[in-house]
Amino acid sequence: MVLLFTRNSLVLKSSKKTILTVTFPFLNSLIYCTEFRFLTISYDKRVIVLANFTINNHHHMIQIKDLHKSYQMGNNSLHVLKGINFNVKEGEMVSIMGSSGSGKSTLLNILGILDEADSGSYILDGVSIKNLNEKVAANYRNKFLGFIFQSFNLINYKSALDNVAMPLYYQGVKRKERIEKAEYYLEKVGLSAWSHHLPNELSGGQKQRVAIARALASNPKVLLADEPTGALDSKTSQEVMELIQGINDEGKTILMVTHEHDIAQMTKRIVHIKDGLIIDDNPVEQVRASLYV
Amino acid sequence: MFDIERWQEIFETLRKNKLRTFLTGLSVASGIFILVILLGFSKGIENGVTSQFQRDATNLITVWTGTTTKSYKGLNPGRYIQLKNEDYYAVSRKYDDYIDYKSSLYSIWGGTISYKNETGNYQIRGVMPDHQFIENADIGVGRFVNQSDFDEFKKVAVIGNKLKKDLFKDEDPIDKNISIYGMNFKVIGVFYDPGGEREESQAYIPVSTAQKVFNAGDNIRNMLFTIKMADNFEEAVELSKNISQNVEADLKQMHTVAPDDTSAVRVFNTLEEAKKIYSLIGTIQAVFWFVGIGTIIAGIVGVGNIMLIIVKERTKEIGIRKALGALPMSIVGMILQEAVFVTMFAGLFGLIFGLGLLEIIGPQIQSDFIKYPQVNFNIALTTVFLLVLAGALAGFFPAYRAAKIKPIIALRDE
Repeated sequence: MVLLFTRNSLVLKSSKKTILTVTFPFLNSLIYCTEFRFLTISYDKRVIVLANFTINNHHHMIQIKDLHKSYQMGNNSLHVLKGINFNVKEGEMVSIMGSSGSGKSTLLNILGILDEADSGSYILDGVSIKNLNEKVAANYRNKFLGFIFQSFNLINYKSALDNVAMPLYYQGVKRKERIEKAEYYLEKVGLSAWSHHLPNELSGGQKQRVAIARALASNPKVLLADEPTGALDSKTSQEVMELIQGINDEGKTILMVTHEHDIAQMTKRIVHIKDGLIIDDNPVEQVRASLYV
Repeated sequence: MFDIERWQEIFETLRKNKLRTFLTGLSVASGIFILVILLGFSKGIENGVTSQFQRDATNLITVWTGTTTKSYKGLNPGRYIQLKNEDYYAVSRKYDDYIDYKSSLYSIWGGTISYKNETGNYQIRGVMPDHQFIENADIGVGRFVNQSDFDEFKKVAVIGNKLKKDLFKDEDPIDKNISIYGMNFKVIGVFYDPGGEREESQAYIPVSTAQKVFNAGDNIRNMLFTIKMADNFEEAVELSKNISQNVEADLKQMHTVAPDDTSAVRVFNTLEEAKKIYSLIGTIQAVFWFVGIGTIIAGIVGVGNIMLIIVKERTKEIGIRKALGALPMSIVGMILQEAVFVTMFAGLFGLIFGLGLLEIIGPQIQSDFIKYPQVNFNIALTTVFLLVLAGALAGFFPAYRAAKIKPIIALRDE
């Protein structure tokens, strides 16, 4: 049995079988922990590990310097990003705001290694993201990043459980273990009862929860969310935001593109982008979504 | 290829997309099935037609004689050349290797035949047993002249259907005696001839008997030979031309006739007939090949089309998989593996089903023109692989292109 705590709240509960694979990714990120301790109790051949740790807020998860990106539109070149500089520390929850065409989605795509910048540097958790071939890019996307989309993007012929297990398939995790982990994350988003339903049997909020579980399944360093509440009504939006805040509370770094102010207020920092430049970057007093629910 | 996880993923995809799997499989299976049936019946028709016309003597050499028109070696023109039994035996011995059926003939053009009170004038032909096949006479009742009739100079007659109707009306003619010039002949059979009434108002008797009862000694009027069918038309032409020329030269030499005398010994071969049959079979084969190739092309286009649609439909899924960390080539590989599996499985199913149906239906067919429908198994199997390959190729390019599309574009909301 493994129990992992952060800030005295339970993060992970796992059966013995999955100790190595579940805990190792966590241990990797513990390198940056200022304080953690193991409590090992031998009890009837079982090992109980209790770890309590806090996140080092000074570690930079994302470092971006002078990022430029243009698109070729026929004969005209469209300069979308005109030198973006910003850093995101581990455990931060940042919302990127801006009107359409401001370059916020382009920035998110570059952060998500779905697109590549023309110039400038992008360092993700100490790894420089530049001139990657398809194979390495796919590998980084799989290991480092979790995506949450406005339109959920679930595979409609796969059950909720199989959708959550997908990133693990591409990590080469064996089937049995995939299912076990996927069940754990589905439970985390409160959908264990729906694990065998197809996406079209779920409500919008439930679909987004499945998508969040899928994004978490590969245990990424950063969650990237593109208008995660864009297709949801306000009540469901609050619920999803509460879930995302909970994930952030556990130490996960989250970047979110949104154009809704009340949603942005639920993050810890708001970055405004206009015409390809950051015009405003301020921490905000986080509004807990649970207050609305 | 042997990655069990990959196969699990593929089977799951196939299971979850039953309709798509079924339709893809159905189009491939029905394509192969139609092709197998088509090829089978083309072969069946070819077999049927060949055997139909092979029964007809297609390559017949006829020899008859007349009077000489040129003096030669001191002999005057105007001499009648009489064919004898020995001429027939000499020729049939010499060309035995090439001859299928042979017969000498001694005919009386108008002979009086009567039974009880009915009398008529009919052609009476003295023939050998092989003549049945040369003339393509169908024996309706009884039998044709056989070797022992010939050897023992039996007074037996095979009468045409018209003759039978004239003399016997509805009576059974077998074993009844008819009178030819007052001599009693026992009727042993009735024949039908596709040639019609004129052919059917004849009576066949053994040539040996005819020579005896008509006091012809060992004279014969004609000799008929059929030449074995060669593998193709050119060979058949060459062979019968050579044999006709040689037979003519041999007979002229035996009867001391000038080599350039065209009326004393005449040899005629029915190559025209053979030409028609070869070209008919050739045409049938060409038509079926044309239709068959057309079917394969339609099948290939169909499979390609399905693959295009499948890939198009899955573009978004490909984008999602890429965002989750799938390699482009692993996506292409998965789509192809899935396509090859479905087309191969369905193709073999269609093949087995088609072959099975031919096997069951084939022997039941009661038609003279379709016989033993069958398929060259290798051709059918090659077609299956061709379809699978075409499906894979047709699927590869759109899948490759789809896998190259950046996930953001594939995932873009409509």
